[in-house]
Amino acid sequence: MIDLALDILSWILLTIGGVCVLIGGIGGLRLPNFYTRIHAASLTDTMATLLIFIGIILQAGFTLASLKLFAIMLFLLLTGPTATYALANAALLSGLKPDTGTAKDKTKENAPE
Amino acid sequence: MIYIFALFLLTLLVITAIAIVRAEDLFVSVILTTIFSLLMAINFFILDAADVALTEAAVGAGVTTVIFLCALALTGDQEKPQKQGQKVALVIVSILALVIIYSTFDNPQLGDPDAPVHQHVAPWYLEKTPEYMDFPNVVTAILSSFRGYDTLGEVFVVFAACIGVLFILGVSPPRKAMQVSVKKSGLRHHLIPQVVGRLLIPFIVLFGLYTQFHGEYGPGGGFQAGALIATGVILFALLEGEAEALRAVPRRVLLGMVVGGALLYGSVGVVCMLMGGAFLDYSVLAADPVWGQQLGILIIEAGVGMAVCGALLSIFHAFAARERVS
Repeated sequence: MIDLALDILSWILLTIGGVCVLIGGIGGLRLPNFYTRIHAASLTDTMATLLIFIGIILQAGFTLASLKLFAIMLFLLLTGPTATYALANAALLSGLKPDTGTAKDKTKENAPE
Repeated sequence: MIYIFALFLLTLLVITAIAIVRAEDLFVSVILTTIFSLLMAINFFILDAADVALTEAAVGAGVTTVIFLCALALTGDQEKPQKQGQKVALVIVSILALVIIYSTFDNPQLGDPDAPVHQHVAPWYLEKTPEYMDFPNVVTAILSSFRGYDTLGEVFVVFAACIGVLFILGVSPPRKAMQVSVKKSGLRHHLIPQVVGRLLIPFIVLFGLYTQFHGEYGPGGGFQAGALIATGVILFALLEGEAEALRAVPRRVLLGMVVGGALLYGSVGVVCMLMGGAFLDYSVLAADPVWGQQLGILIIEAGVGMAVCGALLSIFHAFAARERVS
């Protein structure tokens, strides 16, 4: 009974995590400018990581594997948002202003588009 | 299921490769190369080659990206337009690709037990490793003992590569560049990357040491450990500035590690000869041949780790110490 409940719970978490990855991916492709795109992509780093890893830990049970998974989850939760911060900071320093007036980024004249 | 996943990854690899060739911004190319390396590492892992996957992830995705970015900072990040000879190149590449694809039809199936590679010496290695070395990781046994000459050659290749880069870029940097790097380089004013990086560096180095000394029992060994420790120190250099990293691990220590690592490996072989065995035959190192093998492997893996770590860091510093083009 408990096993079945844990299984269902873990699959619910895994599914929501997968949906978060999907939303992050769609957002990264569809949103108009750089800052909104990394905002969408950072959903994959935080929410999806958390949900998917808790889902897998519930599947693995109380074993050494779940301890390792927990360590990897902590690592990803620390590094992912830091990478997003560093990316946004680098963009700001290189002169890309988050402008609310125009939705689209001004592309460089030698950009591939 | 695993075949579908592998096919998906291989398709992504092809797409990434085409994107690398087509990208005109070299910065984009470098990032795509990193993605290529990560995909390659996952592919190696699917093929149960965890040792190679670890190396690919640490060296391909970690260290080389940083070195490429350092090189781009020295040269410039736009590809020079090149119009001539593209059609000839395309024809040659297409013909070669067709020949290679044709030749794969004769290859045995993946995981086929009757494949020639599984008939030759592989069964002997699998059978003799527990008897001669008494540890489970056959890859480490083959790499460091059965085929110790090859690994010695690889260590000398790493040594030669390091010496070559240092000769081209110069061992001592121009004095002006030194003064600039003391003040400006690093992310000292960016609190969040610095705090998180400082938290992670000890764990990266610890994992490197674990990989070094656990190589007999799990995937790992000197190459992977050297690369992992080097990434830890490079992260430190990126956060605190290159001068600070050089103060923590000075240049002469790095050169000493490269030379000492290669020398340590070679001298283990000479000691084996002096004690009455063949070159790199570790069985004579101790009274018990199994213990002798384990001792020999432990020492030469340490030599490999030192040489790789020192070489990667020397190359990184050689690039980072150069003056930027304005």
